[in-house]
Amino acid sequence: MAHELPYIAAIGEAISEEMERDESVLYFGQNIATHEEDPFLKQFGPDRVRVTPISETAEIGMAVGVSIAGFRPVVELYMAEFMLVAMDQVVNEANRFHYMSGGQVKVPLVMKAGYGFTAGWAGQHTGTIYGMFMGVPGLKVVVPSTAADAKGLMTTAIRDDNPVAYFHHYLLTLEHGEVPDGEYAVPFGRANVARKGGDVTIVGIGWTVPRALAAAEQLAADGVDAEVIDPRTLNPLDVDTILESVAKTGRLVVVDQSTRHGSAAAVIAAEAADAGFGSLKAPVKLVTALEATVPYSEPMEQYLMPDDPKIVNAVQQVLGNAPVAA
Amino acid sequence: MSGQLDDGPGVELLRTMWRIRAFEERVGQLARANEVHGLVHLSSGSEGVAAGVCGQLRADDVVYSNHRAHGHAIAKGAPLAGVMAELMGRDGGLCRGMGGSMHLVDVAHGFLGATGVVGGNVPLALGSALAGRLAGGDQVAVVFFGDGAVQGGIFVESVNLATLWELPVILVCENNGFAEFTPRSAHTNVERVSDVVAPYGLERETVDGNDVGAVRETFARFLAAARAGGGPALLECLTHRLRGHYEGDPQLYREALAAEEWQQLDPILRFQRRGLEEGWLDADAPARLEQEAADEVEEAVRVARESPFPPAGLTAELVYAP
Repeated sequence: MAHELPYIAAIGEAISEEMERDESVLYFGQNIATHEEDPFLKQFGPDRVRVTPISETAEIGMAVGVSIAGFRPVVELYMAEFMLVAMDQVVNEANRFHYMSGGQVKVPLVMKAGYGFTAGWAGQHTGTIYGMFMGVPGLKVVVPSTAADAKGLMTTAIRDDNPVAYFHHYLLTLEHGEVPDGEYAVPFGRANVARKGGDVTIVGIGWTVPRALAAAEQLAADGVDAEVIDPRTLNPLDVDTILESVAKTGRLVVVDQSTRHGSAAAVIAAEAADAGFGSLKAPVKLVTALEATVPYSEPMEQYLMPDDPKIVNAVQQVLGNAPVAA
Repeated sequence: MSGQLDDGPGVELLRTMWRIRAFEERVGQLARANEVHGLVHLSSGSEGVAAGVCGQLRADDVVYSNHRAHGHAIAKGAPLAGVMAELMGRDGGLCRGMGGSMHLVDVAHGFLGATGVVGGNVPLALGSALAGRLAGGDQVAVVFFGDGAVQGGIFVESVNLATLWELPVILVCENNGFAEFTPRSAHTNVERVSDVVAPYGLERETVDGNDVGAVRETFARFLAAARAGGGPALLECLTHRLRGHYEGDPQLYREALAAEEWQQLDPILRFQRRGLEEGWLDADAPARLEQEAADEVEEAVRVARESPFPPAGLTAELVYAP
């Protein structure tokens, strides 16, 4: 059975269900539980639901310590950029402790971070920064694009014995979708084939998955049958599913809202070139944001972003139907 | 525990301090011989802090340490052979050779770990303290850091959170007057670390860290209070770093202490003089304790040398917890 929920509520449902199931799950964050009627506070009490000061480094560091001691904290970070304040804890402590201790300790920590809020939030609250964390050993990176995955990946993140950076897209916040009732876990490292097709493979990430699906519908009207793949997690990355699709279609377009260099799109393109070159009939195309900070002005903001026409154009290029220089 | 020291705790403190001293001096030799191949920071001269603090902790109390961690680990009960094998990068090391000198962890003895970035360990101890409280226990978490860590934002953030949530954590600052290669005066106008935390309202005291009895006495008071739910405390121990910041440091930034001056400061020699004066130490005990420590360390070196290097497959096995 399933019920309809907005993406953001599906995440909350997973946290709530896991807190109910497992007393070791804690919820920390700035601005959570600000009033007595807060549902988390009412259900789980102030020991397990804790408001923190605006001290990301101490907040995440404390969560690392409490997870080493056997608890499973979820840290609410609101904006992914706030994680950057605490980089030592995120990419140099949490992720390395299991390894450097020779496996003696585990760090089951979830850092829940919203990103990509290109709706007038300007340069410091809109970054699509998951790519920065992709090459960080010991850290898992999650990027749900649907309400069901938002729930299922949060459940898995909480149950995972490693630190997980869980990136939810702010432009998807109120997108509704069918969400399975009760316990629902989506495994990490397993891509979702969001649309089946045989002419071209389009890989989307987070918010660019619905963009890729919309582009695929436009392409279908022109007789192009696109396959759309949503990796769902970037670390681990399901390279096999992407390669299998490319082996079938021979063409790959990767769509990513982040800046191009050092992006997840660039990593996926490199993996395809490294292991799937023999099946490629055309160069891999990347559709990313421009190499710039997101501007405030609305038309400027849209100018910067990958969008459906840019995806359609890239697909036509790899099919040889459009000039390469756009 | 009062300041009363008989041949029980007094001798035990000396034994721990000699063990650390012998270990560190031997590590220095092995580093010069390239048997310990990486970056090591020795704690010679500060043994009184490690011994005075860790000797009073229970096995389920947790200690976090920093880059200068060997003494803290040994005082908390980590086996010498496990620490030595780790420094030699062997599979038999505490962390199977994957952590090394700056990242010692010994869960079995409540040594939850050393971290290599200055100040990065402080909030971790808060997490342990919170975990103990949430589990309904009376465990206390201790974190060692140097005076160099105090100027970082992470320190102030952690003091704020520890006091706000009344966490059972004791912050132990080893103030040796040098932050890496420069004196404290180059880092801050605030001379005493205990003054830095004054507005937060926690118990705080500065003691002579080369007087192990003083460290022990003050720490005992803080420990009892934290265990009873009295919240955090800060113990600043004024001490001395006998060796450089790291092994091989040319130390152009300071002059070595004169030998006579160090004789007066040395926490081990001072405490032995006190034991002899107070009559709880036999005249032949100092030489015997020193020799026993040296023998234990040699045995640890022997065991460590016999341990193989870790297998290549260990890397892939350990990146993620299963």
